[in-house]
Amino acid sequence: MSTEIPVPPAPTAGKPAPAGVHPSAYLAVEQSPEFGKLRRALRSFVFPMTAAFFLWYALYVIMSAYARGFMGTKIVGNINVALVFGLLQFVSMFLIAWLYSRYASQKLDPLAGRLRKRVESGGKAL
Amino acid sequence: MTNARALTIVLFLIFVLITLGITIWASRQTRNATDFYAGGRSFSGFQNGMAIGGDYMSAASFLGIAGLIALYGYDGFLYSIGFLVAWLVALLLVAELLRNSGKYTMADVLAFRLSQRPVRTAAAVSTITVSIFYLLAQMVGAGALVSLLLGIKEGQTFLGMSPDTAKVATIIMVGALMIVYVVIGGMKGTTYVQIVKAFLLMCGAVLMTVLVLSAFKFNLSTLLGTAAEKSGKGVAFLEPGLRYGKEVPGNVTQTFYNKVDLFSLGIALVLGTAGLPHILIRFYTVPNAKAARKSVLWAIGLIGVFYLMTLALGFGAAALVGGKAIKAQDTAGNVAAPLLAQTLGKRYLGGSTGGAILLAVIAAVAFATILAVVAGLTLASSSSLSHDFYANVIKRGQTSERQEVVVARVAAFCIGAVAIVLAIFAQKLNVAFLVALAFAVAASGNLPAVLYSLFWKRFTTAGATAAIYGGLLSAVLLVFFSPVVSGSETAMFPKHDWHWFPLTNPGIISIPIGFLCGWLGTVLSRERADEEKYAELEVRSLTGAGAH
Repeated sequence: MSTEIPVPPAPTAGKPAPAGVHPSAYLAVEQSPEFGKLRRALRSFVFPMTAAFFLWYALYVIMSAYARGFMGTKIVGNINVALVFGLLQFVSMFLIAWLYSRYASQKLDPLAGRLRKRVESGGKAL
Repeated sequence: MTNARALTIVLFLIFVLITLGITIWASRQTRNATDFYAGGRSFSGFQNGMAIGGDYMSAASFLGIAGLIALYGYDGFLYSIGFLVAWLVALLLVAELLRNSGKYTMADVLAFRLSQRPVRTAAAVSTITVSIFYLLAQMVGAGALVSLLLGIKEGQTFLGMSPDTAKVATIIMVGALMIVYVVIGGMKGTTYVQIVKAFLLMCGAVLMTVLVLSAFKFNLSTLLGTAAEKSGKGVAFLEPGLRYGKEVPGNVTQTFYNKVDLFSLGIALVLGTAGLPHILIRFYTVPNAKAARKSVLWAIGLIGVFYLMTLALGFGAAALVGGKAIKAQDTAGNVAAPLLAQTLGKRYLGGSTGGAILLAVIAAVAFATILAVVAGLTLASSSSLSHDFYANVIKRGQTSERQEVVVARVAAFCIGAVAIVLAIFAQKLNVAFLVALAFAVAASGNLPAVLYSLFWKRFTTAGATAAIYGGLLSAVLLVFFSPVVSGSETAMFPKHDWHWFPLTNPGIISIPIGFLCGWLGTVLSRERADEEKYAELEVRSLTGAGAH
């Protein structure tokens, strides 16, 4: 297996695999279509979402550096574009967090739960 | 000593004693390693969210950002946004996956499918480095705060000591208190203190925000206008550019560097959170991954609301206290929020007694904030030294839990001492700024390794150690050769100049270096990734099977 020094279970990352699960059973689960579905469901949400909020944030930072005139434009009284833009970052933040929470509990948790039971029941019923 | 000052100090001490009491009570319930490192995994999503929020709403947020906004206007807000948005990285990519794949620390996950000893060593080094940066920021904040309370000012002696000596003494005192917290309480103690303190901090901030807004008849525009006027900078106070990305007429290079510095800071802020060891270990204090997700969601809510309030507090301080008064007490602006409390107390509670009371309460809460964060940081790094390095690397797993805990306590002592010494040199720097350096180091050293480990099948041990050491070294060296350490008035060694790196935050260079090193280390090594182990990690991290 790996090149690590044999260590007793306690300090390493995992307690001994659930009884009856041979390490190669994890491989089997990983390669199963159901797990592929879970992995895709996770990655197809978090990767694009991360890229999107990153770009939106980068836009904010770059405009703070280079588009000062625009950022200083007043909207209502002393409230200018910069402030509104900043507050929009807050709003988008809360929105994305809420969207993820919904997506995870509706799409990811049920799948993950089924797969977990499958692994912990000894990798049977594959 | 005036009555007002005495009152402040007494209230302050009562507070500290209460939190110490909580810590001792918690220590009675700390029976084993899981209790010490992970609080027995007994905290609910909400409680943990409060604790994480409390950890995050440290001196940097409350004192540092309010100070930056009070002195420089809009540019301080960038910190708020960066610090908050960073949580999306933690929520989407890190929190749950980490909880499912590890036991106590970030290194557990890294070492899951890689060679134990080199990776755990690297992780311990990185954790301690980041923690020391973060720690010294907190100590600087504490020093500034206590100096304010005790009335230590330039040009006056205090109890026969010069102000500089007195400030050093306060820093040492804070350090000693912190050591007591960690050595006695462990994770349970620090978590309970965090929760209580987070609650009080929110209440204090809400109170001050309401008072500030009512001073301007709840008209945000008037508040901003008054702040801009009093600052003497007019409308530019409300726009980006007074502190960061400054345009230097006739000096295109410096202007360019300033703009890049702004971007560098922004990147460090948004990527740092998910690499902070003392935040990552808080994902393990809950029973399962779903609770970890809940804690992050709660934390985001709390932190978001809190940062909105720092906007009011910062501009409020600019409008009601004034940049000049703030700078007179502390050039880096770290005391803006307490001074605002004092002013509001005078105005709404009655005279200088009112001012003293509100100052005491807010200062006590801020101080408890700092102590709790310092305890959390020391805990994370002492856990790393003890669990990752001592137990796994030196003793190769042949330790008892009791031994591990003892080593953790000794480590806490030593790390605290180092941070105290460094804080003495860093006194003239703003706390939020210092924390942003810690963020840069975390984002460069830890984040690449964590992300690669979770998502890249081919990642190897060589890649992990390269990522950690490469990122870490580049970040620390660039800081060392930047104007932060030498070559400017506020530098740690102002009388010397060996700087050649023009930016004050290394993020934009060191973070890509971290990722690059991780990639290079992997593709150039002949070690082949263990497919079965990666499969196990992936299945466990996504489904929660076999989680502790």
